[in-house]
Amino acid sequence: MESKSIALEHDEDVVVARGEVRTIAAALGFTLLDQTRLATVASELARNVVKYARAGRLIAQPTDSPHGRRGLRLIFEDTGPGIPDIAAAMRDGYSTSKGLGKGLPGSRRLVDEFDIQSAPGRGTKITVVRWL
Amino acid sequence: MATAQRIPILKVGRVLVVPIQTDMDDQTVVHLQERILSELERTRARGVLIDISLLEMVDSFIGRMLSDIAAMARVMDARTVVVGIQPAVAITLVELGLELTGVATVLNVDEGIKLLREEFGIEERDEEEESCGELSLLGEQINRA
Ligand SMILES: Nc1ncnc2c1ncn2[C@@H]1O[C@H](COP(=O)(O)OP(=O)(O)OP(=O)(O)O)[C@@H](O)[C@H]1O
Ligand SMILES: [Mg+2]
Repeated sequence: MESKSIALEHDEDVVVARGEVRTIAAALGFTLLDQTRLATVASELARNVVKYARAGRLIAQPTDSPHGRRGLRLIFEDTGPGIPDIAAAMRDGYSTSKGLGKGLPGSRRLVDEFDIQSAPGRGTKITVVRWL
Repeated sequence: MATAQRIPILKVGRVLVVPIQTDMDDQTVVHLQERILSELERTRARGVLIDISLLEMVDSFIGRMLSDIAAMARVMDARTVVVGIQPAVAITLVELGLELTGVATVLNVDEGIKLLREEFGIEERDEEEESCGELSLLGEQINRA
């Protein structure tokens, strides 16, 4: 299955992102629960892009592990302000916008692999994988 | 895509019934919350029953709306019941780390009405049913109950 790139700029793009991710996850054979987890991660991280960086994109990439396990990789990238203190941002309850501070730490709990790279002034790139 | 999706708000007796039937963008969520609160004020309803059985996902934004509605309704002397959360959605919410604080959750509309009536003592008076949104959904709501 091919990768798919989704532009993230507006509120509605967040809805599109979680819908597309669910559709791809279903096509890959993920359970309903995993589809829900992946759609929720897509919603949280896509919203962060729109909210904090104003624009960016999501790449949804079906993938295979070296052991032949199928999975779905989601890459969220933006060239926004970046995150100065990543460790703090990954903590439950940390928010610079009076949010619940659940988006990043919660998303990490919903996937098998979670990688975050961010530099102030340069942007943020978050890569997650869930294996089938 | 339509931004101002219109979610119906129906008044059944002294309860506002809100069947959420589509995925909502954040603006729609904020708008819905405002409308529910102004309908509470206008109609003096005592209960809010939010049916999310068709929602395939509840993230931190929607979760917060549900908690906020419950908290604000409480101030206006009304109780909130969330109906029909799908098992996969409930599990994901817990993993995400979200508790729906102050929100009672039940399996179906029947149970929701029962809870509002028995636990919270909200009587359905024999007054005319009034629609604050589109009436077309009322029939379906009652059939499912
Ligand atoms: N793409 C991003 N660019 C810049 N800053 C970000 C980005 N994503 C997250 N952040 C920062 O990390 C913090 C934590 O993000 P997280 O999603 O966990 O919580 P939140 O968005 O504040 O609240 P919630 O998602 O629970 O509504 C944010 O408040 C913000 O400061
Ligand atoms: Mg967030």
